[in-house]
This record gives sequence, C-alpha cells and structure tokens, in this order.
Amino acid sequence: MTRIYSALSLFKEGLTGQTGWKQAWRSPEPKASYDAIIIGGGGHGLATAYYLARNHGIARVAVLEKGWIGGGNTGRNTTVVRSNYYYPESVELYGLAHRLYEGLSKDLNYNVMLSQRGMVNLCHSTAEMEIGARTVNAMQINGIDAELFSPEDVRRVAPIYNFSSDARFPVFGGIWQGRAGTARHDAVAWGYARAASQLGVDIIQNCEITDFIIEGGRCRGVQTTRGAIRAERIGMAIAGHSSVLAAKAGFRLPINSYALQACVSEPVKPVLDTVVLSPGTGVYVSQSDKGEIVIGGGLDRIPSYAQRGNLPTLETVISGLLEMFPIFGQLKLMRQWAGIVDVVPDSSPIIGESPLPNLFLNCGWGTGGFKAIPAGGTLLANLLATGKHNDISRPFDLDRFASGRLIDEAAGSGIAH
Amino acid sequence: MQLFPCPFCGPRDETEFHYGGDAGNARPDGGDVPIDRWAGYLYLRSNPKGAAREIWVHMNCGEFFVMERDTLTHTVLSSAELGGEHAA
Amino acid sequence: MTASRLATGGSAIDRSRPLRFSFDGTSVDGFSGDTIASALLAGDVAVVGRSFKYHRPRGIWGAGVEEPNALVDIGGASPNTRATTEPAREGLVAKSVNATPNALSDRNAFLDRFSRFIPAAFYYKTFMWPDWHMFEPRIRAMAGLGKVDTDWTSQGTSDQINHHCDVLVVGAGPAGLAAAGLAAGAGLSVTLVDDQRKPGGSLGHRASEIDGRPAALWIEETLAALVGGGHLILPSTTAFGIYDHNLVGLNQRHFDGRPDTLWRVRPRRIVLATGAIERPLPFASNDLPGILSADAALCYLRHHAVLAGRRIVVATNNDSAYEVAEAVADAGAEVTLVDIRRDGMPDAKVRTIKGRALASAAGKLRVEGVTLDDGTRLDADCVLVSGGWTPTIHLFGQARGKLAWSEARAAFLPGDPVECISVAGAAAGAVSLSDVFAGAERAVASLGQAKVAAPRSTGPETTAGIVAAWPVPGSKGRVWIDYQNDVTVKDVELAARENFVSVEHLKRYTTLGMATDQGKTSNLPGLALMAGITGRTVPEVGTTTYRPPFTPVPLASVAGARVGELMAPVRRLPLENVHRASGAVFQEYGGWLRPAHYGGRGADADRAIQDEALRARQSVALFDGSTLGKIEVIGTKAAEFVDFLYYNTMSTLKPGRCRYGFMLSENGVVFDDGVLVRLDEHRFVVSCSSSHVAAVHARLEEWRQDRFGRNAVYIHNATSEMATLTVSGPNARKLLETVGFGLSLDDASLPHMAIGRGVYAGDEVRIARVSFTGDRSYEISIRADRAEPLWAHLRQAGQKFDAVLIGLEALMILRAEKGFIVIGKDTDGTTLPHDLGSEGPRAKRQTEYVGRRSLFTEEASRGDRLQLVGLTVPRGEAPLPTGAHGIKRRDGRLYSQGFVTSSYQSPTLGQPIALGLIERGAARHGETIEIQHLGKHRSATIAAPCAYDPAGGRLNA
Repeated sequence: MTRIYSALSLFKEGLTGQTGWKQAWRSPEPKASYDAIIIGGGGHGLATAYYLARNHGIARVAVLEKGWIGGGNTGRNTTVVRSNYYYPESVELYGLAHRLYEGLSKDLNYNVMLSQRGMVNLCHSTAEMEIGARTVNAMQINGIDAELFSPEDVRRVAPIYNFSSDARFPVFGGIWQGRAGTARHDAVAWGYARAASQLGVDIIQNCEITDFIIEGGRCRGVQTTRGAIRAERIGMAIAGHSSVLAAKAGFRLPINSYALQACVSEPVKPVLDTVVLSPGTGVYVSQSDKGEIVIGGGLDRIPSYAQRGNLPTLETVISGLLEMFPIFGQLKLMRQWAGIVDVVPDSSPIIGESPLPNLFLNCGWGTGGFKAIPAGGTLLANLLATGKHNDISRPFDLDRFASGRLIDEAAGSGIAH
Repeated sequence: MQLFPCPFCGPRDETEFHYGGDAGNARPDGGDVPIDRWAGYLYLRSNPKGAAREIWVHMNCGEFFVMERDTLTHTVLSSAELGGEHAA
Repeated sequence: MTASRLATGGSAIDRSRPLRFSFDGTSVDGFSGDTIASALLAGDVAVVGRSFKYHRPRGIWGAGVEEPNALVDIGGASPNTRATTEPAREGLVAKSVNATPNALSDRNAFLDRFSRFIPAAFYYKTFMWPDWHMFEPRIRAMAGLGKVDTDWTSQGTSDQINHHCDVLVVGAGPAGLAAAGLAAGAGLSVTLVDDQRKPGGSLGHRASEIDGRPAALWIEETLAALVGGGHLILPSTTAFGIYDHNLVGLNQRHFDGRPDTLWRVRPRRIVLATGAIERPLPFASNDLPGILSADAALCYLRHHAVLAGRRIVVATNNDSAYEVAEAVADAGAEVTLVDIRRDGMPDAKVRTIKGRALASAAGKLRVEGVTLDDGTRLDADCVLVSGGWTPTIHLFGQARGKLAWSEARAAFLPGDPVECISVAGAAAGAVSLSDVFAGAERAVASLGQAKVAAPRSTGPETTAGIVAAWPVPGSKGRVWIDYQNDVTVKDVELAARENFVSVEHLKRYTTLGMATDQGKTSNLPGLALMAGITGRTVPEVGTTTYRPPFTPVPLASVAGARVGELMAPVRRLPLENVHRASGAVFQEYGGWLRPAHYGGRGADADRAIQDEALRARQSVALFDGSTLGKIEVIGTKAAEFVDFLYYNTMSTLKPGRCRYGFMLSENGVVFDDGVLVRLDEHRFVVSCSSSHVAAVHARLEEWRQDRFGRNAVYIHNATSEMATLTVSGPNARKLLETVGFGLSLDDASLPHMAIGRGVYAGDEVRIARVSFTGDRSYEISIRADRAEPLWAHLRQAGQKFDAVLIGLEALMILRAEKGFIVIGKDTDGTTLPHDLGSEGPRAKRQTEYVGRRSLFTEEASRGDRLQLVGLTVPRGEAPLPTGAHGIKRRDGRLYSQGFVTSSYQSPTLGQPIALGLIERGAARHGETIEIQHLGKHRSATIAAPCAYDPAGGRLNA
C-alpha cells in the first residue's frame, strides 16, 4: 500500500492503475471512551485532533462528525488565508495560523495548495487611506508583513479593476499583505484528517451529538446517534451550530448565527492574480486555480440556520463585483451556496473552557474561520491537553464579555471580516 | 426573498426589515447591576435553530414588532405589535 | 462521422435565410433557426472542444442545457457559451474553449497520454516540493475554459422585473402546456416559462398526436388560448432558482442585442414540468466525438434536418431510443440498434442486436466503430446512446423537496410534496403522453375546477422499459462519467478506495458534477457507481445538494441596473449645483457628496485648503453644513428621553439653549457627539454627525418604542428638509446683521450656545450659536428649497468682509486646531467618554442612561486606556501622518501606544497640529514619544488637544 504522497509515488501508482493507495483516513467504529473527544469534523476539529496527537502525544482521540468531514464552513468558504489584523491579540492568533499554513502541505504530506498571491484591501477615500495607514503601521509594529499601496500599486496587482474616472468606489490605495492568499479548502480538512488518522485518531462520521453526559456538574462525555462516548475532556468546534449544542449543555453564548453566501462563476483562463477586497462594496474576490471567479460578500442580515443562497444578497454582491470589475459582466454565475456562521459581537473567536467544566469551546469565528484553522486546532488541542490557556488563547476566553476587554477588529481598524 | 408581515404595513420584502434581537431581553437598569447580568443582557443570545421569537423593525414605517419564525425553514409563524416587549 | 444536412425538413430552420459564421477560424454555413451546435453538426465538424483536464477531443453530446462539451467563446459576448443553446448568427465568431490553437489540433492534447499519472485529485499528492508556488502558475494557465475579453464593455444594463401570478408553470413541454391550459381554464392567472425558443418540448421531435390532431396544432391552440386569456408566456427563459418563500428567479434571453432580463416571480403555486435529461451509457472511450445523446440526435434531425451520421449504431437500455433508431434509418442512415435487454422491448424496424452492451468505442478524433461486450465489432461514424432518463428535479430539490428512488425508472423522482409546488410530466417520472397529461391534471387539480377538458393522447405512446445500465467497477478501458471535468470510472473507484465514499466527498474529490453543466448527465451515473463499489443502494449513497442556478446565469442579469450610484447612492446637498458653480471640488464624506474645497485641483488642493482655513480665522467663512443631523424629539417625556439617550444630563437645559454631549452605545462606546437644542419645554433637536443621522434616528426610535411608549415621545427626522448654512469668524455677526433676520443678534440676546428664531424672506429660520471652529459662529437652518437665495445673499453680503467659502477640509483644520473631535476619526469602536476627557457624568450622574453600566467594567477602568491628546512637532517639520503610531520598545520588540487620528498644517499657527489617541495620554502632556509610520521614525510631544485659543476668547470676539 502506498502511504506517502509524492510525485514518485504518484508515478509508481500510475504504472499499476492507482490501485495501491490507502484510505485517506480510517472510518472505525466508535469506542466507548477516549482521552478526548472533539465534536465537529471540520477543519478546526480535525486540526485539533491532529495537534493533540502530534504536539501532545494524545492519540486516544475521537472526532465526531454529524455528516461528512469538511462539510460545514470548511467546505463552504472563499478559501482566503491572511493575517492582516490590527490588534496584537489578533496578530498573535492569525499570525500563528498563517505561519502554520505556510508549512502545512509538507507538515501533513498533503498539498493544500496554499497560494500566496497577495491580498489587497482597497481604500476608497482619504479617510480610508488614513485608516489604512493606521492598520499597516499596526501590522508592521506587530511583526506582520504589510504595505500601504498607492493607486499605481493596486493597478499593478489588479489591472482589471475599475479605474475609470466615474467609478463609484475609486481607488485611493490599499492595504497589501503579500503573504496572504488562498488555499484549497477541502484539502485542508482531508489533509488534517489523513494525518490525524495516521497518528491513531478515530474519525467518526455520521455521528450526531444528541446530549451531553454531565456528572457532578462536569461534562463526562456525549450521547450520540452511535451510542454513548465518554472522555476526560471534550472540545467543540462546530461552526454554525455552537448555540445549538450550548443549549444542550445548558448555557448561552454571545452568538447569532447568520448565513454567509458565496458563489463562483464559470471557470475562465487566469485574469485575476490576487485577492481583492473592497470595503465600499463589501465584496472580496479571487480566482481559483481551476479558473472560477470566487466571490464573497457580507453576511445575510437575517439570523438563519438555512444553508441556502438567496437572491437579495446575491444581487447586492454581484452588483458590487461588477462595480469593481466591470469586465466580469460577461461572466455567468455557476454555483451559489451558503454556510452558517456564528457571529460574536466583537467578531473575534471564543476559545476556552465553557461554563460547563471539561467542555472546551472553539467557536465564534464568524466569517473568518478558515484562515485560522491551524491556530484554532493548536489552541484547542492545548486546552484539551493541559486544561489551561496559553498566552495566545487567553485573550479570547469567554470571560472577555464580562470584563469588557473585547477584541473588535472592526472597531480598531475598519478591516472587513 | 422572504416576505415578512409588518403588523402595520402587511407583507413586505425582507430587505425592508432589520433584526433587533431576542424578544424579551429586558434591560437591567442601574450602575450597580451585577456585571454578569449586564454582559448577559448585552451579549448572550438564545440563537435557536427552529422556532424563534425576535424583535424586528420595519425600516420603512419605523415600527418595532415581535415576529415568531423558524430560523431553519424560514417559515414565518406570527407577527405582532410590541406589547411591553423590549425592543433592544 | 459524416453528419449532413438533409435536403428537406427541419421545423426550426428557415432555408430562405442562410447564414455564415466562423468556428475556430473556419467558416460554417447554416440557416436562420440553427444553433451553433446544429450548424456545426450539419457541417460535420466533429471536434468542437477539449476537455478540462486531459484535453480530450470532444464533440457535441446534447441539444440543450445539459451539454458538457460544446462550449465556445463568442467574441464580444460571453465565454463558455453553450453551442447547443446559442443561436447561430451571421458573422458570429466562435472559438472552442480550452484548446490552443484550436479544438482539432490542441497543443495540450499530449496530456491525455499521461492520464494514468494524473488521476482524480492527483494534485493533492504532489507539487509540494520544493513548493506549490513553483507549479501553480503553469497549472492555473492550463485550467479554466474560456477566455475573458479584457476589452469587453457592457452594452446596457439588464432589466429586472418583479412579477406575481397564481400559477407559474416551468417548462412548456406537453406537461407544462397541459397544466398551463388547465390552470388558465380554472380562472387562474398563469405564467408559463420555457428555456427553449419554441415551446413544445419533446412534442417538437417525438411523434405524437393529441385529441386526434397533430401535436403542433395542439401546441399552437394552447398557446393562443393562453395569450388570448392574458396569460404570460416567456420562451427562452430559464427558471434557475427557487428561493425563500417560493420566490422563483428567471433569466430571460432576447436574441436582439438586449442583455438578459431577470424576473423575480412570486407565484401562489408552482408547477414544475421541467422534463428529463438523457444519460450516457458507460463504455470505454464513450467520450469520443460522434457519440451523441440519442434524443439530441432526434432533435437535430427534426428541428434542423441534420442527420448525425451515415452508419449509426444506436445503443440503449430503454425504449426511448427505438423511435430515434427508426427516424435516422428513415432519413437514410444505415442503422444498427444495440439493446442491453434480451426481451420486453418494442419491435424495431431496424437491425437489432439484443442483450448486448457496448464495451468500447474506437477512433481518435471521432468515433470509427464500436465493440460489443461479446467482442463483435461494428463500424460506425456515429453512435447514439440512451442510458435512460434523469428527471429534471433541480428546482424541486432547491425547494428542499425530498427525493424518492424509483427502481422502475432507475432515477430519483420527487418524493413528499413541497407546499405550493407540484411536479408533472417526465420530471415526475411520467413516460407516455397519457401519463404526462394525467399528471398535469393532478398537478392543477387542487387549484380549482378547470372549465376546459384535459388533452388526450391519441397517437403513439412511449414506454419506459428501462433496465439500469450504470457504470460498474472494474470496467476495462476509460469510461467517462463527467465529460467536461474528465471523471472516469477509475476516478470514482480511486475515490472509494481512499474513503471518499460520501457523495459530497466524491464530488469534491473527483470534481464530478462540478463543471459548467453541474453534472446534469453525470451525477446519477457517478453516485450509482459509488453505490456499486461500496455495496450500497443508490438512495443510500444519496445525492448532493441541488444549488442554484440550474444553468449558469449572466452576472449582468443578477446585477441589473444596480451599478454606480444606483448600487450605492450618495447623498447630495440641496445646493450642490451652486457649489459646483463656485468651483467646489467634491468628495464623499460619510455617504454625502460635499465640497472638499473651492478651487485648486490636484497639487493646488492643499494650497486652496490652507488659504480657506487661514481666511476663515481672519474674517468670516461661509460653510454649507446642511448634512448636519436635525432630529426632533417632541413630547411630554422628551426631556426624560434625551436624558436617557445622552451621557450628559440634558433635562436641565433651558429652552432656547444648546448643550454639547455624547450618545453612547450600550457597550459604553461613544457612538455620536453633537449639540442638543432645546426649543421649548417638550421639544428638542438632536444635531448628530452627518454620517450618523440614519443610525441615530433608528436608535432614538428603538428606545422610544421600547422604553418610553409611542405617545410619550415623538421622533421626527428633519435633516433633509432643512439646509444649514454656517457663518463663522470674527465678522460673522456683522455679516448676519447686514442680512437681517428679524431678531436681535447681540450677545445678550443670542449668546454662545443659544438659539434664536428669525425670518428670512418670509420663511422661518433657526439660528444656532454653536461653533465647530472655535470662532463666533452661527448655524442658520432654513427650508432646503429656500436655501439658495439665502446662500446667495450671504455671499453677496460677505463680499464687504472678504468672506471665504470653505469646504470640509478647511473645516477639519479649524476644528482640529481647537481639539474638537470627529467621531469615527478621532475615536474608534473602543473609545469611552472618559477617554475623551469627559469624566463628569460617569463620576456623578445618578440617573440611568444608555451605556452606563459598561463604563464601570474592568476594561473601562484600566489605567492604560488610549486617551485623546494633542501632538506637536517642531515648527518647520512636516505634519505627522494620520495613522502613524506612537511606539514603545520593550524586550527588543515594538508595541503600539496609540496613534495619530487627525493631523494638519495649521495656517493660522504656522505649524503642524495633530490629535491622537495615546495610552495614558491625558497624564502625559509634555512627554515626547517615538512615532512610527511605514517603517520610519520621528518624535512628537504630547499636548492638550486644543492648540488654538484655549481660553475660548474668539467665541465672542
């Protein structure tokens, strides 16, 4: 059986009809108990399992997934990876994720196609340029790569943007992060799943949590559609459903769930080589390696758990896209979808122990969870292994809502999430 | 495009409405409200999957009202004027 | 393949109107009524494109929206246009996609020879060393299909139409026409849409007779009755999505140069009569050009008089291909019918081989023959296949309809009904015309009593008789499932081997069904194969989610007229044109288009701004402050209300007086600042920031309704009703006195922070003595439509005082000299009132106000909060860049200790001034700190925010 992925193994397998490949991950029956259970087989959950095994040597771990792994927001996002954040706390968090992403393909032996093609957040007015400068300076001070782009710089990286004199959102410049880019979202989930499985982690699909086992005021395991499973510590990384399981565990979260839509055009030959975000339209766009124009916009404004697209938001987003890139008016919309995102008042994640002891949270990433997967996994793994925060996760604890120490990037820098 | 029934204007497009939060999230007054209670009022939400009871405002007429709807199917169950409900 | 145009026939073409277009640089002849595909087929153009991954030569497969292969770029139009649905036009220039230089001789065709090394998802297993970035540019260049025309310009905006009806019928085949006729007969308003140019669906090419007459006649009569009854019929219109609350999105094509039209239809009830799509059969090399859907070949024959080949093998697993075999034989082809079944099929009038399936096809650029599973070889220049029918239930699926597996039909059919949606015809699994009509009757039965009779099928009846022929594991050769994305049986097997057995994993791992056709011909065979490999039934494997759009929709259609200002309107001043005439240079500020400065474009702008700011201090300035919020709060509880809304106590304000204050959010953050005017006991005017008017208004309404009751307080937003013209400077009062407003302007009658009511030209004016410049200022509010004469009068009167028009940029300098803040610029989303030096209410107020409790959290009480300060630099240095940070160094690392929020050269002081939010800044006046901007360092000294006239003497000067 072929275990290692490489050009050579692919060549060898090519000679024998690609028949020697192992399962990317095993699908074992769940055991009665584990050292740790992770609820949610998305990127964050699978990464947590992987880092638990790799960083902490804890491999008696189960990842419980209601459907199929990577089927939630991991497989529904616009694949942007970036760390252009304002506050030091955010920079530590997303910077960690970004660095781990940069080594992820080799680390996992799975090509997640991290494409560091750069990202520009446009500035459409003098005022936005001032905020842009504030942001770029903060990033540079905090050790993150950033440049303040002139209109000419923007033209260089995105020549097809609407630079006409009557553009509704003219370009005064932009915030550039060269290390930003995109990654293949499904591959991140599959890569972590494969690596975790190889280290002994059990990935259990089609396993829905029906209740928590609570004894002596502490969480001791979960009831599932595939039976009771007990564990010393339980982690939860179920973007889009955090409040639902929190209710089962007996507490509320500072979360509202909304649909976030995205769509792609038909595939075309390369025409846009970078990621472009316009705060004026709220639209961000990139071109996938396959050639599709990948389009994202703002949240739907109606709390929802329905993972379906709709027309009003689509119309707003596409109008914005065509304002930014009029030549995309010749393209056609190929697929439209939605994911459910858990939005926290300060748009920063919640990482830490929940009000139910032994149950640990990794939630509330809002629209920005994909880019943080390696960090979310590392930090939740650390919490599950040690029961304690480290310096990076500490500021993101649930207790910040009572202390008032929110980490609101929008408040600080005006960067859209 | 969802249709929401404004108790004052009848069924209107969803784009005319703005979400105002959980119904019944009463504001605790006072400078000495326990901070957990205050944080709960400010931030904690029921966020149910399924039937929800929410405050909405119809931006065209400016009136706040209570709407019950299903957050999964998007079926609207009822809407009514504020009756001592808190809008915030 | 030697396809050809027959000498006669073709219901869709007009032989009197020949046309010529080019494909891949060669000229193609056709007739009006041809599609690009039918003309290419008539011209025997076999290779029309290349597949996505292996660059395999591909020919036309279908005759409709399901087409996976025949995509072309059309100059000046859209990339990836389906040749099967695009009308041929004189002079049109079409180019195959994904082929260099052309489809016939594609430079990248060599890739197919390496296919064994690049199976599904191979890219996840390689290209990691040394780095993906080494490979990505080449791979990107290989990927993608059509080319974006970078010189393209929009030919006008798409119309968008909202539409209501009782019944929306999707599909104008026999089921849809019958349903529409019956619904109309029941007195309901009907809208009938069909994606073909000509309604009729299968009746257009399948033999049929209705009510004893040719189907064509019935179609005509049904349509005529609908039109006569005032019902709407939309041909060339695709229902692409069913959205929340059954809103249906339609995209209508026009073919007259107009861009497509988007319809948003809100029907009471939807009848889906969307038909079915024919599937391919699995055999090796089943993707060769010359292998077509049997039904498509019949379409081309009947509609376009195109015979797809001379020596045709028809292969099938069901009865529907029999009619095709006989028709192409009648048209002169030599036909062999190969049926997988041994018995139970109709009698055929052509040579038939029973109980055999195709094992493989042979040929390089076009099919040359087939081998049967018993080794028999048959020569052929064309192979027509029918693998059965997949009901088109995408819209039903989008509406969250559950599907039910039918073994008899070898397909998913609509399951439990969805509220307000019926499915009829082939989409519901009906095969014979009689069944179709019966289904249509059922679909509309619940809507009301039809006063017309349902149509009856009196002609030949189609039967199903299908025996499933799914792709099977272990197939020899390369058996294609998804043509466009090059997914073969081996790829699905690989996915299964690697545990990608969930249908969504299968799709994502192999890209099955993710091409521009979204798997219309491939999804079901793919998941049936997965079922076979994993020992599950097809329904156990399940289907992927049906997502809109059904077929690709032009982005321009979705956007409609929402471009430029129609997408994001700017707010405009009543006096905009007057300012333009005065040479104003406009910029957008918080959604308003306002004069930035008067005169001085480009490099001269700074000089103009400096000049305006300087002259404003010297004599008098005129400023259009109409954007300022003017929200009236009226009622018996108005005073109590404003007390609650403001951080500062406002109820102690005397009528006729003004007070500056903050509004907070419940999290304590300063949301807005401004002056509150008390007109009388129960009437206040909230002057909020220009960009916050809507938000402040909403907030006032919210608290009014939540806490004070509808009848205790009334809110009225008068912002756009009134213009506000500001006169500021040492000579402001003198200027106003020359205009005369019928009230005394002396400082005893109208002191600073007082308001007076006067009259100008018969209109009431309010004159508020509030100052954002630090100089004596008067804000005159007047009906917006009467502002122009007053402005002209002020300007004319100002000549004597050397009055200067100032734009917002000069005002920014003037207010910054005074240390006056702009919310959102000199504050951010964390700024609390005491950060701005306003500690009093927090310390003293005993009554409740918005945000109160949040001012006493741990965070709000920290000693190292960012506080508002002034920042000075030595005379002669350039102003600090706004956005620069104050830094501190610790353990070899840099830390921000705040930032510059406003910074200008002060012409009055002759030196730079700046405001900033700096850690513990209020206690650090006089301290010099290091400033960093874009990697460069300099220093600045912390000072009080007010740099000019700190004693405030100029307010009354």
